Amino acid sequence: MKEYLHLKNVTTLSYDPDKCTGCGMCAEVCPHAIFYLEDKKARIRDRDLCMECGACSRNCPFAAISVRPGVGCAWGILLSELKGREAPSCG
Amino acid sequence: MTDQETGRKGDRGLGEKSGGPPPSCECSPECCGWTVAQGKAESYIRESEHWIERRIETPAGPIPVVRTRLSRQDILGKVKARFGIGRMNYKVKPGLYAIGKASPDSPILVSANYKLSFDCLRRELSGLDAWILVLDTKGINVWCAAGKGTFGTEELVHRIEDSGLTRVVSHRTLILPQLGAPGVAAHEVTRHTHFKVIYGPVRAADIKAFLAAGLEATPEMRLVTFKLMDRVALTAIELISPFKYLVILTAVLWILNLLGLHLLSWKGWYPYLGAILIGGFIVPILLPWIPGRIFAWKGWLLGVLWATFVNIQQGLLPPTPASWERAAANFLLLPAISAFLAMGFTGSSTYTSLSGVLKEMRYAVPAILASVSIGLVFLAVVLIRGL
Repeated sequence: MKEYLHLKNVTTLSYDPDKCTGCGMCAEVCPHAIFYLEDKKARIRDRDLCMECGACSRNCPFAAISVRPGVGCAWGILLSELKGREAPSCG
Repeated sequence: MTDQETGRKGDRGLGEKSGGPPPSCECSPECCGWTVAQGKAESYIRESEHWIERRIETPAGPIPVVRTRLSRQDILGKVKARFGIGRMNYKVKPGLYAIGKASPDSPILVSANYKLSFDCLRRELSGLDAWILVLDTKGINVWCAAGKGTFGTEELVHRIEDSGLTRVVSHRTLILPQLGAPGVAAHEVTRHTHFKVIYGPVRAADIKAFLAAGLEATPEMRLVTFKLMDRVALTAIELISPFKYLVILTAVLWILNLLGLHLLSWKGWYPYLGAILIGGFIVPILLPWIPGRIFAWKGWLLGVLWATFVNIQQGLLPPTPASWERAAANFLLLPAISAFLAMGFTGSSTYTSLSGVLKEMRYAVPAILASVSIGLVFLAVVLIRGL
């Protein structure tokens, strides 16, 4: 998994275990298997593997997860800077 | 069990299935690159196309049954799209399609209307009876469309109603590609439509196994990877823009040559071709093996090796009072080009985040700009002296 690590300590992922009901949606949708269930609570394996796609927060029915979703794409970011757009997106 | 173990095992497990289709499906979480969709008039691959086998009657009207074998035309279309030809208008009409002898009990798979995504899915469904609900994602693949929200809750709810799906099937379960999850809130879809959303595997190649296992995905099926073949498939689109600029620049210099201003020479030209190939092709291929984690750094590192090779090959190293400016220009310009293009590959990669790339760019972009600016001064000095 470490080969899929870009930079450490940058992700905006945050998780509030108090709101978690252990439904497991986050573990189902995360493409990097960051979440796993233990004692009916979601737990984070390694935050640094987060690519901020936002799948977990969008699919959490209890708003226990938040992340600023976006694309990790240099061209997208450059284009949005040049065009003065807020959120970088591809294309 | 450490994450390292699971990750590696997953990789190997998938790799063993190498008899299957190549992993170059457009279902990977790549950024859509820098081709910007044009506001063209809506046009779809014609419904009477070769990939429709027949039509079946349903309470919601006739539904096209699609083939699960890709034809030569489908494959040609895929190659063209890979090279950016007509890539932004390679669309399937949104709505409901059938596979095999789809019945009211058959599973429903949701897809994007990018023809490559659709092809990728249907060719994995041979021998199955199923429905495909195609969302209007403006011809963009599932992952990118989910990021933009076009593969999203609203469109899914609308498409379920518009297609008359509830009249066609007797159950209330939808299977979505896992990579659509950033755009779709499963619980909201259920609230609006009473359809239960189950996220299927990341790769279309795993769908048969997923269905056979009673809609259970293995941990490997849920993991996004970025293997050699995935990276190779994405280099084509990365190289198109830089090559376009190289061709334009070469043409301009060639015309100047004809006018008597001799700036163009093979010796001066091939180093730049090499720098582009390193940033846009070699770095993506060697990505996991180049030391460091910053993409621009990886490009810069190989670029420096290339500049060293060029300088030695052209007799500019060790530097002499006559050659040091040329050597310096190569050292400043070539690695910067490679670094810039390598940085662009963050968009094709499947693991970089917005925060990560922003941080990388905060350091890389000023460094690249500085290097290019000083390099251009040296190049100008060299060229003026050569005239």
